[in-house]
Amino acid sequence: MFPFNFEWIWDMGHVVFMGGLWYALTILGIGMTYCIIKAAIDASKDNGDPHH
Amino acid sequence: MDSALIPKGVKRCPLWQFLLFIGAAGIVLLWGVYAMFLCWFKGLNQTNMNDYYGFALWIWADLAVIAVGGGAFFTGLLRYIFGKDALKNIINYAVLIGFICYSSALLILAIDIGQPLRGWFIFWHANVHSMLTEVAFCLSCYFGVLTIEYIPLILENRQIDKVPFFHHLGHNMHEVMAVFAATGAFLSFFHQGSLGGVAGVLFGRPFAFREGIFIWPWTFFLFTWSAAACGPCFTILVTKITEKVVGKKLVKDYAIELLAKISGWMLLTYTIAKFIDTWYWATVLAPSQGFTLMDFYTNNPLYGIWILITEIAICGLVPAAILMTPKGRKNPVALWIAISLAVAGVCLNRWVMVLQIMAVPVMTFDNWVLYFPSWQEVATTILPVAYGVILIAISYRYLPVFPNEAELNPIEPLPAEEAEEKSVEPPVDLELELKPAEA
Repeated sequence: MFPFNFEWIWDMGHVVFMGGLWYALTILGIGMTYCIIKAAIDASKDNGDPHH
Repeated sequence: MDSALIPKGVKRCPLWQFLLFIGAAGIVLLWGVYAMFLCWFKGLNQTNMNDYYGFALWIWADLAVIAVGGGAFFTGLLRYIFGKDALKNIINYAVLIGFICYSSALLILAIDIGQPLRGWFIFWHANVHSMLTEVAFCLSCYFGVLTIEYIPLILENRQIDKVPFFHHLGHNMHEVMAVFAATGAFLSFFHQGSLGGVAGVLFGRPFAFREGIFIWPWTFFLFTWSAAACGPCFTILVTKITEKVVGKKLVKDYAIELLAKISGWMLLTYTIAKFIDTWYWATVLAPSQGFTLMDFYTNNPLYGIWILITEIAICGLVPAAILMTPKGRKNPVALWIAISLAVAGVCLNRWVMVLQIMAVPVMTFDNWVLYFPSWQEVATTILPVAYGVILIAISYRYLPVFPNEAELNPIEPLPAEEAEEKSVEPPVDLELELKPAEA
């Protein structure tokens, strides 16, 4: 649920519950994105240096 | 046939034997899947749920697997946040067991909601006043964390690791694992607790109702505490069972003993807290609502006072005393007894908090009503066990789950490994042979 959904109410319950969910998902998303992009960069460097 | 996929330096049974084992577990799995589809297509009339029992047997299984799956978050917390490096020998298996437990829990919930295609409604149309919403959020997110923790293990498979991208991806995920482990511990704290909170806020059920801090009844904290105490015991128990099945030692003793020692102290403190909670409930809270302790335990064959004594004394104090003492946890028989009792204790606690709550009469015209599950409930409750056995068997065969296995069980290298090593060696030899010619 997002703040632009018709069910959304700006109260403590919605902010804490949905804020916590999106906070956790953001950490997981950023963490995995970092790992995937860095792996792609590292792998491309390996292609130029086959003795890695 | 599949020797190229098997980790280096370890021995596995022949493929036919492995497939036979998977086939046997697969038959049980299919039985559960059949019952699951019956529930989905024909509806929840396939269960024996009624006006007294709104929770099927699988809800107990759901709470139990989540509790014993707590070994993953607590071992991860100890390993990555508190720096207990000895646990690196067992963390992979703890993650695998946690992954199985949590995927099973989500599968059970998918059966329970009856309409799995509408499962996403709980995220989109969330009832923010329900503790079960918090459970659903944290459970799903934590399953994501466990998947992220399990992926590097899959990427370490011999053939997958040869692909540079996957090799680096696994390495990078290991580097930032502490962030994921901390997120997992945060999520676990809340969903384990909220499962207990669901029972504790039922003011219409004096057997379960508790006071607490802010919105959280004491059962919230007791559930998290018991999962952290007994989850690692389940990890040790499954490790010991696996060692028996494969006939090998897989984890060094000091890793098991460290985890057992921490579990023992956690179990002792939990049992004391549980005793205080029970004492206050029996002497103050329940009488204030017009009940005595024995109103909750008499006049029925299943829920006698023995269940309370078994849970707190036999499955709480006894295993805690064994695991806390070096002599107890170093003795294999005593260790088996302690971890089995601890796991049985937490499962019994969840049984009481799910089924006894509903069995206890709350109205003057009510009677004790005992519950007999249908075969579909039994089959869907056994389903996660068969699934877990299969996933453990496949992971054990093809992934380096136990880092110390090769060291603890030295063998001659397999033909495929020798051939692989030989294919790597020639460039070095050629270089050495060329030097005299260049000179």
